[in-house]
Amino acid sequence: MQPVLEVRDLSISFTQYQGGTRRRVLPVIRRLSLTVTAGEVVAVVGSSGSGKSLLAHGILGILPYNSQMEGELIYQGQPLTPQRAARLRGREIALVPQGVTYLDPLMQVGPQLRRGRRDAGARAESRAVLERYGLGRETEERYPFELSGGMARRVLIASAALQAPKLLIADEPTPGLDARAAGRILGHFRELAQEGAGVLLITHDLELALTIAHRVAVFYAGETVEEAFAADFPAGRLRHPYTQALWNALPGNGFTPISGTQPGPGEEGPGCPFAPRCPRRAADCAGDIPLIEAAGGRVRCLHPEGGKTP
Amino acid sequence: MKHRLLFTGKKFFRMALLLLGVSLAAFLLMSASPLDPLQTNVGQAALGTMSQEQIARLEEYWGVNEPPLRRYLGWLGDVIRGDLGVSLLYRQPVTQVIGQRLQNSLWLMAAAWVLSGLLGLTLGVLAGARRGRAVDKLIRGWCLLLSSTPAFWLALVLLMIFAVWLKVLPSGLAVPIGVDAASVTLGDRLYHAVLPALTLSMTGMPGIALHTREKMIDVLESDYVLFARARGESNRSILLRHGLRNVALPAITLQFAVISEIFGGSVLVEQVFSYPGLGQAAVTAGLGGDLPLLLGITVVSAAIVFSGNLIADLLYGVVDPKIRRGAARA
Repeated sequence: MQPVLEVRDLSISFTQYQGGTRRRVLPVIRRLSLTVTAGEVVAVVGSSGSGKSLLAHGILGILPYNSQMEGELIYQGQPLTPQRAARLRGREIALVPQGVTYLDPLMQVGPQLRRGRRDAGARAESRAVLERYGLGRETEERYPFELSGGMARRVLIASAALQAPKLLIADEPTPGLDARAAGRILGHFRELAQEGAGVLLITHDLELALTIAHRVAVFYAGETVEEAFAADFPAGRLRHPYTQALWNALPGNGFTPISGTQPGPGEEGPGCPFAPRCPRRAADCAGDIPLIEAAGGRVRCLHPEGGKTP
Repeated sequence: MKHRLLFTGKKFFRMALLLLGVSLAAFLLMSASPLDPLQTNVGQAALGTMSQEQIARLEEYWGVNEPPLRRYLGWLGDVIRGDLGVSLLYRQPVTQVIGQRLQNSLWLMAAAWVLSGLLGLTLGVLAGARRGRAVDKLIRGWCLLLSSTPAFWLALVLLMIFAVWLKVLPSGLAVPIGVDAASVTLGDRLYHAVLPALTLSMTGMPGIALHTREKMIDVLESDYVLFARARGESNRSILLRHGLRNVALPAITLQFAVISEIFGGSVLVEQVFSYPGLGQAAVTAGLGGDLPLLLGITVVSAAIVFSGNLIADLLYGVVDPKIRRGAARA
């Protein structure tokens, strides 16, 4: 089946000025690849500061002006140019942002959902979509500051569902919610996927992602290091040492930390950015590491888990 | 509603304290002034020809030998009874002098106020929306240039250009010379107010424009504008639906805060244009030792500036949903 979205070797970098005059290009995302098919939830998991939100902004074509994007974005089989993204966002491609700060603080919920439309049809639509997420009529007249954290998330999901999107990008939709509320919110995404949308869930929370995702793309220092099935995690079929370390660090799986920190943008040297922290590193890890097919998924590692220890 | 009343009550109490403080400060400055009202108003030559008796009468009229504390308390007692006193220079009740002058000045200041607000808001929004482009640089440069230009100098330059070289606008006064007061038309008044109003609006405009620009940039970089863009809203819709809405609140504050600047500027500008307004009267009263008039003008100006800020605070309660809804539920 043709994927809804295909991202191939995407790079996003920023131009910065140091000391006012020296220009430098800061790569935040490098070589990111993933695919999302209709009806599927794909989680992009990476720790904070790994540039995950920029992926969402890149797909939607709303990156800041001082950034450059390279690589290929394919939406429904056609290249997703900035012009095409501008046409599709808000129609076929929807974003669910992080929280209430993404709502205009001085505008009531109803008019925000309707995006300037005032006809009876728009009113009926916005009322129906709020009802779908358990929000009553009075929600339309509320200002964002009058919404609780959970209500705000549901309003944001409602705004995406209103568009009946083919591709839904959820950027950290659950922080600040307790496990049960977060589970309910994620359930809404699964539901939208069952209705036929491709869902790209961007999160730092692997445990939560595994509760609804079909596939997981793991992100490290701006690169995709592994694309795995959700089932690979409990089954011990992981490929990349970082993914394995991430899994082992979960409270239920030993809570084992690894030493060192993720290199920031511009700090990674040549070769594998995880090498300094990797138990399986070898001399050739300093060279170029391609993304290779492995056990039904993909991995960017020369000495993946399950292979011979070098 | 109770909340709103309490808020207003507190504000008025504060206003009373402020007026007391301002009048006392003005009085102390006046008493510390080295100017001798007799010499200033009567003249050295005339004083020399007067008898001791006449001089004593004049000294009594100007209150030269009265202890300062008693003078102030006397003035304050009258004011509380609703009497602002009689102007020593104009020999008319202070309320009447201020009333006349304020009528002239109010035209000028209202025009400058509206103009600086409209112009400042428009330019600020424009510069913020086009940040870094040529328009922005032009507006910013102009605003910085204007805000570092003294009002009286600007007044002189405009006077030279429009009244002296181009001869299209009058060089001063509020009405044409040699015309019967009854036959002065509204057009005449407006014609004479153009230059002073323009100069005066230029003192308030740059602040409004630059602050609005900053706020506009904040709004355009906000999460909610990013989300609006992600939802397919056009730049135009973002600017009109989200930009203006969120710039409105600080704009209200700026618009009312600029009243004080316009009052301050009017003193200088009216002097340059010989415009018979409140600012000019204040200068005359200050230099001439006319204590009742000066204190009267000071108190009235302070009350107007304070009321401006009070109106801004009250408008906030109407415009900002956080205050409106928050107060309604409390």
